[in-house]
Amino acid sequence: MSALLEVSGLEVHYGGIQAVKGIDLRVNQGELVTLIGANGAGKTSTLKALAGLLRPAAGQIRFAGQSLVGMPVHQLIRNGLALVPEGRGVFPRLTVAENLMMGAYVRRDADGIIADLERMYGLFERLHERREQKAGTLSGGEQQMLAIGRALMGRPRMLLLDEPSMGLAPLMVQKIIGVIRQVANEGMTVLLVEQNARLALQAAERAYVMEGGRISFEDTAQACLNDPRVRAAYLGE
Amino acid sequence: MKLRPLLFGLALVAVLALPFLTDLALGRSWVRLLDFALLYAMLALGLNIVVGYAGLLDLGYVAFYAVGAYLYAMLASPHIGMHLPLWVLLPGGALLAAAFGALLGAPTLGLRGDYLAIVTMGFGEIIRIFLRNLNVTNGPAGIDLIDPIQLGNFSFSATHRLFGLVIPGIYNYYFLFLGLTVLIVLMSRRLEGSRIGRAWAAIREDEIAARAMGLNTKNLKLLAFAMGATFGGISGVLFAGFQGFVSPESFTMNESVMILCMVVLGGMGHLNGVLLGAILLAILPEAFRPLAQLQQQTFGEVYLDPASLRMLLFAVALIAVMILRPEGLWPSPVRKRELHASEEDNASTPDADPAPGGAA
Repeated sequence: MSALLEVSGLEVHYGGIQAVKGIDLRVNQGELVTLIGANGAGKTSTLKALAGLLRPAAGQIRFAGQSLVGMPVHQLIRNGLALVPEGRGVFPRLTVAENLMMGAYVRRDADGIIADLERMYGLFERLHERREQKAGTLSGGEQQMLAIGRALMGRPRMLLLDEPSMGLAPLMVQKIIGVIRQVANEGMTVLLVEQNARLALQAAERAYVMEGGRISFEDTAQACLNDPRVRAAYLGE
Repeated sequence: MKLRPLLFGLALVAVLALPFLTDLALGRSWVRLLDFALLYAMLALGLNIVVGYAGLLDLGYVAFYAVGAYLYAMLASPHIGMHLPLWVLLPGGALLAAAFGALLGAPTLGLRGDYLAIVTMGFGEIIRIFLRNLNVTNGPAGIDLIDPIQLGNFSFSATHRLFGLVIPGIYNYYFLFLGLTVLIVLMSRRLEGSRIGRAWAAIREDEIAARAMGLNTKNLKLLAFAMGATFGGISGVLFAGFQGFVSPESFTMNESVMILCMVVLGGMGHLNGVLLGAILLAILPEAFRPLAQLQQQTFGEVYLDPASLRMLLFAVALIAVMILRPEGLWPSPVRKRELHASEEDNASTPDADPAPGGAA
């Protein structure tokens, strides 16, 4: 298996604070990998560095053989990396359909875009029902679906998901995790950064556990679920 | 649907007849007011690109108006003895204003909301203070004896006769400004529906997400500043030629705030609303003038300075509108786009899934 995303020795500083203290991480082609950890463990800083929103203090980020360090955010999708930002970030006063179309902004293949739009409507029936509605009027879960669908419209090679369960009702969280699972089953490579460890571990194949800016544990998701330390620290047992 | 062309025709006749009727009913000074209303309409449409489309709060927009006005004033007057024609100065003013727009945009790209508002306000003041203190702009005295607008042999300030109709200069300007306003409306409409317009909307709604979609937000914001400034520059050139005199006092922050009020009060991002807001706010202060006389008639004395009373009423009207209709007087309707015409027929297929011959 070849690594699509490979992070080595990544350090991120916030002012004087060292949020990420040198981590290694890899996501192979077609894998669904999760990065879990408590609040303040450095997950979000790691993701921001991956997405180009923060410049790392040290380390390498390679995606599909290319270095992402210093690459502006708007170039990511052109290179195949789609970010689903924290808090979903749908365009509230644009319709669902317009939101989805924005996801395909960098593409020029009109036929392919229309085909993908239909594919999204097949994947997310709710979005099809509400396609003419303003995105701001959707429920939190529907907005998350829209954010994921919109990211997929850019035909990425990999999805970066930032806390997709945040602020959602438990039932909706299950649904979203199901959607992510389904997207991954269709061959999409996914890095899921998530605070809700139990859910993330149920969905993912492999997991990295972050603690105090370092990776404290990495294994298959199943092994993490069975590990007494992970269970004690993150699964509340 | 023969109603639309009919309505359009009626509206056209009304708009063309407006200066004549206004003159008859209210007098010539009101025609002049109409001319100014159209200049404000162009300004508001320009600011609408920055504020309404791209969501960038600009409190120094009048600077671009000033840039256009001073360009014309300096290069078409005895001031330095140059008398360049309009067809050079109008595009020139548009370009120069666009350059100034980019100049304002470049250092403020990382700023948002209130921070951006403060910097743009400062920019507007800097331009005004420069105009006030430079020698080339003749300082606080301003520039006088500016050439009236002329195209070929046609002078807009002169009275012409057409089919027995007497058309004074003030009408000519009305028609010129009207034509350019229509042109700017059409350009705005095209921009709004374009790829760039959609990108501006995305930036307005969520900048991080817009960047994640692959939008180069820096360039797009610069473009919004430059495009918006262009219309301000055009309006400024026309203003200088129409007024015949410019001074830094025409370009105070009050003007920027007034133009912003037009955009917000009318309905940000919606062309009809912005037009309505501009024309209403340009005319309202004047419409309140008789009220000052009413005061004297009723009380026999002037208690409140008429000018202050006028602005007080104006402010009350503004506040009332914003409380009663926070979305603006004429906000944009729920847009129904034909984006999905092709999906409509597919919508029913999932329901039709159970095979008709299900008995097997």
